[in-house]
Amino acid sequence: MGLRSYIDKIKPNFEQGGKFAKFHSTFEAFETFLYTPNRVTSNGAHIRHYADMKRNMIYVLIALIPCFLFGTWNIGYQHYLSLGESVTFWQIIGYGLLKIIPIYLVSYIVGLAIEFTFAEIRHEEVNEGYFVTGFLIPLIMPADVPLWMLALAVAFAVIVGKEVFGGSGMNVVNPALLARAFLFFSYPSKMTGDSVWIAEKADAYSGATPLGIIFNGGSVSELPSLMDMFVGTIPGSIGETSKIAILIGALFLIVNGIVSLRIIISTFIGAIAMSLLISDVPFYYHLMMGGFMFGTFFMATDPVTAAQTNIGKWIYGFLVGAIAILIRVANPGYPEGMMLAILLLNVFAPLIDWCVVACNIRRRKKRWAAAERRIR
Amino acid sequence: MKNLNLITAPLRKANPITVLILGICSALAVTAKLKPAIVMALSVTVVTALSNLVISLLRKGIPSKIRIIVQLIVVATLVILVDQFLKAFVYDVSKQLSVFVGLIITNCIVMGRLEAFAMAHKPWESLLDGIGNGLGYGAILVIVAFFRELFGSGTLLGYQVIPQGLYDFGYVNNGLMVLPPMALIIIGIIIWLQKPEEEK
Repeated sequence: MGLRSYIDKIKPNFEQGGKFAKFHSTFEAFETFLYTPNRVTSNGAHIRHYADMKRNMIYVLIALIPCFLFGTWNIGYQHYLSLGESVTFWQIIGYGLLKIIPIYLVSYIVGLAIEFTFAEIRHEEVNEGYFVTGFLIPLIMPADVPLWMLALAVAFAVIVGKEVFGGSGMNVVNPALLARAFLFFSYPSKMTGDSVWIAEKADAYSGATPLGIIFNGGSVSELPSLMDMFVGTIPGSIGETSKIAILIGALFLIVNGIVSLRIIISTFIGAIAMSLLISDVPFYYHLMMGGFMFGTFFMATDPVTAAQTNIGKWIYGFLVGAIAILIRVANPGYPEGMMLAILLLNVFAPLIDWCVVACNIRRRKKRWAAAERRIR
Repeated sequence: MKNLNLITAPLRKANPITVLILGICSALAVTAKLKPAIVMALSVTVVTALSNLVISLLRKGIPSKIRIIVQLIVVATLVILVDQFLKAFVYDVSKQLSVFVGLIITNCIVMGRLEAFAMAHKPWESLLDGIGNGLGYGAILVIVAFFRELFGSGTLLGYQVIPQGLYDFGYVNNGLMVLPPMALIIIGIIIWLQKPEEEK
């Protein structure tokens, strides 16, 4: 236990009045990261569930690993496919890692630096919330995103999306999606179009995503096969191309009860209903294209920003799905609507909850009044 | 020197935009570039100052039942004067500001100061209060416009500030800065930074 005793030795430096008291939160974060804290609640009755926040977050991270692995492979695969070179599996993985590791480094370094700074300023404990956000952000970026833009987007998302509202758990919109929305509106040339989805692609090769093909007036027959879209060997944001990887992760989350099945089912219902209603493209293509699956399982179900009441979750999910397809089909500006639909409904989620609660109160009041009349 | 407070208070402690949350609409609309923002700031300052002065001079004679109409007439007259002046001397900026000069008449700051201050104070103090509030409004406008033009267009007052070398290096102007939501976010950040200072 050399490490434990070393931590205990340097601990007084970080306590009140110590040499490094300013860095108390940082020290505390690393200590609790390495060891279970030895402080326990001292009074009051309390019940603990094994699935505390840390465990929930870890589960989400585990669920994202298939997307991460496939994304790494797909970066390399798409790159060499566009060049027309045939290479070994390990070359593909190597190229993918070369692209994805800097993106992850930037995401975590910038995000955690801001988190730690705010925690120190506020004398709070560093929250583990950023670990999931920081893992999600690279997965919804194009492989070729310039790193300085990514750093800017992460800073914007963490500060404006989260810290101004009081940190993890207080945010109104999903910070990872906010980072993407920031880049989407700030630097559209790097976030949309046919050229951004494949890392360093050959000029002659068309790098259009399925959604891009439809957006530019292409017909269903020009799309990649459903199988390709399901497996994920198509251009797209890093983590969202493979529906298999997403479903493996989603299954893990559902089995462990981390995500709300209500939101997932109602999002699918909303999307299917809307695409049957207004879209020429068959609905199962809509479910396979773009970020629909990734958004549904990992973004719309974010427990902080989604609706909290059970009926509210149904309404929230349905509207996410329906509006995502509405934006895809009816909007002349952007090919993809999932991000905007989720962000919009994040903003409306508290209102939905408020209405559900108000309706419930009114219904119970009415019932109570009727019961009272009967007694009289 | 007690009157100095009338000018300095609206700059920070009682800022019409960041503290009273008035005049937000035009602050979002005209701050994409620095030049229109400065012209707008000056226009509003002139209107608040002179309307405060005129109403303060008339305050004893205005029947309270029709005071809003009287105030509106005074403000409208001044706004039309400012509008004509801008059209005559800085036509291109007047074009960019379009309806927002005319909409100064509906700016809550103008009516707010008339009702809250000029109707109950002497002309000289009212004039200072009008100038102070106009400048307080203008200060925020200029700060917001500075950041939006610098990062959104890479220019300041129309001159290229961000060097071409940086663009060659891969720098791209931020498109979100040109859109109105970013003005709201910048104002929000200013309020966020200002609040703890004021509470000390």
